[in-house]
Amino acid sequence: MTRINSPDELEALRNRIVSERNPDTPCITVCAGTGCLASGARDVVAAFNHEIEAQGLQVGLSFRSTGCHGFCEKGPIVVIDPEEICYLQVTADDVPEIIEKTIMGNEIIERLLYVDRNTGEKAVHESDIPFYKYQKRMVFGANRRIDPKSFEDYLAIGGCRALTKSLFEMTPDEVISEVKEANLRGRGGGGFPAGKKWEIARKAPGDSKYVIVNCDEGDPGAYMDRSLMEGNPYGVLEGLTIGAFAIGANEGYVYIRQEYPLALENLTAAIEDSEKRGFLGKDILGSGFDFQVKVHRGAGAFVCGEETALIISLEGEVGEPKPRPPYPAVKGLWGKPTNINNVETWANIPLIINGGAAAFAAIGTEGSKGTKIFSLVGKIANTGLVEVPMGISLRDVIYKIGGGIPGGKAFRAVQTGGPSGGCIPEERLDLEVDFDELTKAGSMMGSGGMIVMDEETCMVDVARYFIDFLTDESCGKCVPCREGLRQMHRILTNITEGKGKESDIEILEELAETAQEASLCALGKTAPNPFLSTFRYFKSEYEAHINEGRCPALSCKRLVSYYIEPEKCKACLICLKECPAGAIDGAKKTIHIIDQEKCDACGICFEVCPSRFEAVMRISGAPVPPPIPEEQRTVIRKSKRQ
Amino acid sequence: MSGIRMKIDGKEVQAAEGMTVLEAARSAGISIPTLCHHEQLAPFGGCRLCIVEAEAQGRTSIVASCVFQAQDDLIIDTRSDKIDRIRKTILELLLAHAPQSPQLLELAEDYGADKYKFEQEASFCIHCGLCVRYCTEVKQLNAIGFIDRGIRKEIAFLPEIAAKECNDCKECFPLCPTSYLQAAFVLVESLAFPKPKLSDSHQ
Repeated sequence: MTRINSPDELEALRNRIVSERNPDTPCITVCAGTGCLASGARDVVAAFNHEIEAQGLQVGLSFRSTGCHGFCEKGPIVVIDPEEICYLQVTADDVPEIIEKTIMGNEIIERLLYVDRNTGEKAVHESDIPFYKYQKRMVFGANRRIDPKSFEDYLAIGGCRALTKSLFEMTPDEVISEVKEANLRGRGGGGFPAGKKWEIARKAPGDSKYVIVNCDEGDPGAYMDRSLMEGNPYGVLEGLTIGAFAIGANEGYVYIRQEYPLALENLTAAIEDSEKRGFLGKDILGSGFDFQVKVHRGAGAFVCGEETALIISLEGEVGEPKPRPPYPAVKGLWGKPTNINNVETWANIPLIINGGAAAFAAIGTEGSKGTKIFSLVGKIANTGLVEVPMGISLRDVIYKIGGGIPGGKAFRAVQTGGPSGGCIPEERLDLEVDFDELTKAGSMMGSGGMIVMDEETCMVDVARYFIDFLTDESCGKCVPCREGLRQMHRILTNITEGKGKESDIEILEELAETAQEASLCALGKTAPNPFLSTFRYFKSEYEAHINEGRCPALSCKRLVSYYIEPEKCKACLICLKECPAGAIDGAKKTIHIIDQEKCDACGICFEVCPSRFEAVMRISGAPVPPPIPEEQRTVIRKSKRQ
Repeated sequence: MSGIRMKIDGKEVQAAEGMTVLEAARSAGISIPTLCHHEQLAPFGGCRLCIVEAEAQGRTSIVASCVFQAQDDLIIDTRSDKIDRIRKTILELLLAHAPQSPQLLELAEDYGADKYKFEQEASFCIHCGLCVRYCTEVKQLNAIGFIDRGIRKEIAFLPEIAAKECNDCKECFPLCPTSYLQAAFVLVESLAFPKPKLSDSHQ
């Protein structure tokens, strides 16, 4: 591997790589992101490698394992270019058939195609699948086209053009004004305009400055930064290097979660490779600009995603937030001006430089430009990562891309913005997704978590769950967050256990105001959102819990009783055998009854009762009928002939 | 005193460059309650009792006066209804830990805080951090520190250092707004360095 010393050398290399690749040659791509690896992609990759070698197909066929494609629900995913034939839930056993039929015989394997669960229609090409069709994959799309460990792949799709353009054709101020004009807002949660932040850091006095990638993604269910870092580390590094040049930093850090081993591996490999090739280190591409990147592994504290806590943690101290101002852009790492952005923000930079601010700003809404990657999870048919233009409606994301709610259940709410985001109900689903609209709806963009909940989700319990998470992750430095969340959690737990009092709501509101207004950092200031948004939209559920001891979603264990309807019970013994508490009494031909004293309300009897009987019912807020008298418990079976 | 002019509770106040709002207020005789503040220590911003409403360029926000820098044309309200209401809640949260603390009880009276609003907690510690920071910043001994995080966070003496240093110092004891610190020390002392005979310690 030789060092590249000028833009001309880079372009010569790129031309050579591209000319050696025939765009008509079939290329098999296997998604080997974390989701697909979990569902068996490693075996699929091994099977392809084996088959290709065994059949001597190395010439005239290329094969690539890539980062996450996003459609995690249906992994492992195999895409065959140039036609973009998309096979889902592929196993190693399917591989010889794919080679034989699709590669050698130009034949589609019907059973591996996407089937629309409503219409039954099949889709052959990736772009015909509704999950992909309504997305706009400007940032995330590169994942599918490159092997994350191959610099050649990155160059082949136009990588490093933005870097050479910045270093050789633009001044740092021009780069900053491009990012400012694009109005790129921080994708990590705050939504602060990135260009403005860069400008402050550039203008701040100081001879040494730093840039940081925040890859301490900690929201439950969110993995967009992870997948970008795993799938396209060169893209993130290119954005970071451009930022360093614009701000005047010669050192950068990537703060990455210890729990992301593949992201760490691919990033570290990309840094080492870039150093050898002259894309990082001294005199990058002969431009005279020096920039080196170090990796710091985070130990798993959620609060370290907060920028001041992250910086302190990077310095080796306990990760607790510091009061702002001073902002890191003026006084950050080691007291020097520091610009910190999250992974997705950095990954947007090459796009803005390549395509220009105007093209970027043409996408999105008045206040939020470009696209946003969301992790769409929960009670949704198509779990996965989706990249959509700002301004798309929540309804389109959930129904067109996400495929709606599975199991014939009704939609209840969508929780956006991570644990301290808010829950948005059905009547607000047409809101245009952007930073400001989500905030107005009592939620937030956050880093892009989107958890869909169905009718069986209790909204009070959801509030309790997220407050529990935040109580656990609070650093404990300031009183409104540490003590306020402790008490909020206690009160919410009481409500879900039927011990709520009417005065609880007022106290929760006081605690919420205190945390919002007086907490030290954004974790505490936003922490009451799970309560506030659920109370705003689902007040009646709180009232039912407190006043009637009833959980409308039939979900809160302490407020739900199980009862076997005597006229429906066929004395099949199934629930009796499965009950872990031994609370069910009965025998063959003897109608089963639940001993309410022994019952743990685990719900197993409800789940195992055959659907043709549906004899177990859930009761909340009403007394359980008394068990039927012993003499009436014999099941009289109708004769088969009748 | 050079040039910062600001208004606190309707009163014209002059402050020196680098002063915090809290320092500016106190220099003008306006009192703002604090628990974690100490003149010898770096500002911490943990108890949040010193919050005030600050209006700058037409925008009002709530800031912690112990860390917020004084600046020209700032308009500060130290006792708005909202500030009083939040301070009352903060005090009630702390009183759940230390209902006997004279300092807290005095403030509770000022703000009408109910000391039994919340269920009582087992630990007296209110995490002001005065002991920890005093030991680190002033004495530079590091005999006491915080362990764990969030609601599980507590102060703990490092027995190896405490055994050597603490008996002759104990300067942190009077800083503690509750009696927790002393209790924690006595516990460490008795567990880690048991005295040969009980009578020895009373001589």
